[in-house]
Amino acid sequence: MERAECYDSQGIAMAETKITLEQVRHVARLARLEWSPEEEERLRADMDEMLAYVDKLNELDTKDVAPTTQVGEAGMPMRDDEVTNRPDADAMLANAPSSEHGYFKVPKIIE
Amino acid sequence: MASELNKLTIADASSKLCAREITATQLTRDCLDRIAAAEPRLHAFITVCEKEALKQARAADARLGAGNAPALCGIPLGIKDIYATKGIRTTCASRILETFVPPFDATVIERLRADGAVFVGKTNMDEFAMGSSTENSAFGPTMNPHDTARVAGGSSGGSAAAVAAHECLGSLGTDTGGSIREPASFCGVVGIKPTYSRVSRYGVVAYASSLDQVGPFARSVRDAAIILRTLAGKDIRDSTCSARPVPDYERALTGDVSRLRIGVPREYFVEGMQPEVEKSIRSALKNYESLGASTVEISLPHTGYAIAAYYLVATAEASANLARYDGIRFGLRVNAEDNIALYETTRAKGFGAEVKRRIMLGTFALSAGYYDAYYLKAQKVRTLIRNDFERAFEKCDLIVTPVAPTTAFKIGEKMNDPLTMYLSDIFTISVNLAGLPGMSIPCGHDSNNLPIGMQLIAPPFAEETILRAGDAFERTGTFKPRTPAV
Repeated sequence: MERAECYDSQGIAMAETKITLEQVRHVARLARLEWSPEEEERLRADMDEMLAYVDKLNELDTKDVAPTTQVGEAGMPMRDDEVTNRPDADAMLANAPSSEHGYFKVPKIIE
Repeated sequence: MASELNKLTIADASSKLCAREITATQLTRDCLDRIAAAEPRLHAFITVCEKEALKQARAADARLGAGNAPALCGIPLGIKDIYATKGIRTTCASRILETFVPPFDATVIERLRADGAVFVGKTNMDEFAMGSSTENSAFGPTMNPHDTARVAGGSSGGSAAAVAAHECLGSLGTDTGGSIREPASFCGVVGIKPTYSRVSRYGVVAYASSLDQVGPFARSVRDAAIILRTLAGKDIRDSTCSARPVPDYERALTGDVSRLRIGVPREYFVEGMQPEVEKSIRSALKNYESLGASTVEISLPHTGYAIAAYYLVATAEASANLARYDGIRFGLRVNAEDNIALYETTRAKGFGAEVKRRIMLGTFALSAGYYDAYYLKAQKVRTLIRNDFERAFEKCDLIVTPVAPTTAFKIGEKMNDPLTMYLSDIFTISVNLAGLPGMSIPCGHDSNNLPIGMQLIAPPFAEETILRAGDAFERTGTFKPRTPAV
């Protein structure tokens, strides 16, 4: 796990940070969220605090523990591959921010 | 003189409706009148559905006239604004869905409609169910009916407050980390989170798909059992939904807890708890003993790791579930020159601060290089937490704990530091991680007249044990509901 080190104005090392501004920007791109410069630093500090908190999970030895992905009863129910709903394009388009001729309109994707 | 039928329980209203002593129209009218009077101070509803509700009430009256109507026929309910309700705006308390009107009903909404229930409106919540106080609603918080300077709890604060304030006879909430149980505790009503997979999540806007569960609020355990009976059961449109038959939950209310073994986990009575909360729970345990139940101390050793595990698993799942809000097919769109900018600005403007924070955390936990250290690790700890409960249930049939470390806190008190807010979920969160059923039932008041809730937890699909125990406690009359301040 990458760690960044912070020093205060007198060169004394502060508690190591869990996430840098650059990592925050990378995650923001992945999450498709835009942040202003003021928001960014506050966000970094918030995430840092949370990540420092969740670090306590490392107190536990989970080497031989299987992960839980589902708490319902196991199984992948199958059904026949047949259409059971009636197509209703008007209903699907009713909430569209922008639509035309039965299509969703978006900014140009391909140059 | 006002008829005040809105103060009836569902069970009483149902029998009066069937006997034609009262009409569904009058009952709904009384709820709507109460809503009009209380809402300026309470803000439990985002959308009030006066016309539709009266239309449903008239249809219910016709059906009641014909005889043999279901228990929920004509009963006014509030619906958390996270449930798709066809033709009725569904916002999830977010700007990004502010004008969204679903073209379909959630499965549980279909089931309630089929029973002839009346929907008085869509209730307020924390945005996308992320929060413990309903302060994260994009449309303003919901106030606690017992003290309007305090929160109603969250994320289903509107649903809890509406029932507590007699704006409706029951309501629907959702619970991912405590979002039914905690507001039930703060508002002094009954709230149940069933076993994961007991109730279909089809049409319920997803926050964290392995944790979310549908459940009712009501003013009595019997009422909650009546609603749950209609909601539960197999649904092929939710592949996680269990096919197990649904018992008639009302029949579990025998009043007999004489051989019940109650487990009391030592890790749930910690420093920092409000002393009156602990006193109230311990006193309730004495009540149970006098009814013939036995108590045994148990240990759930990984309790202290639950919040950390939850805030990785839930946020990771949320980051995936909320990727669909991209301004393309529905919801808010902020125009931009290219698609990426469109996504980024739409989501930045449409989502509130807490939602964005959780998406960021979840995305980070799943990202390349960090997945093993965070998300996978949290899933392994989830196994340990689940195993704790499995071991504990070898020694007891029911686990009793507080619901929250305190009674309702003041509006704004915990908004400065997200982590402080998260820590208030300490007693409820493990139950979601383990997929167990849990109920909050009011068991006392503190010196400020604020309700205190007791949590009952059972093994998977043992809702009947919880309902029986809750109903038995209710019959002791220890908890006397107080008139709300609103």
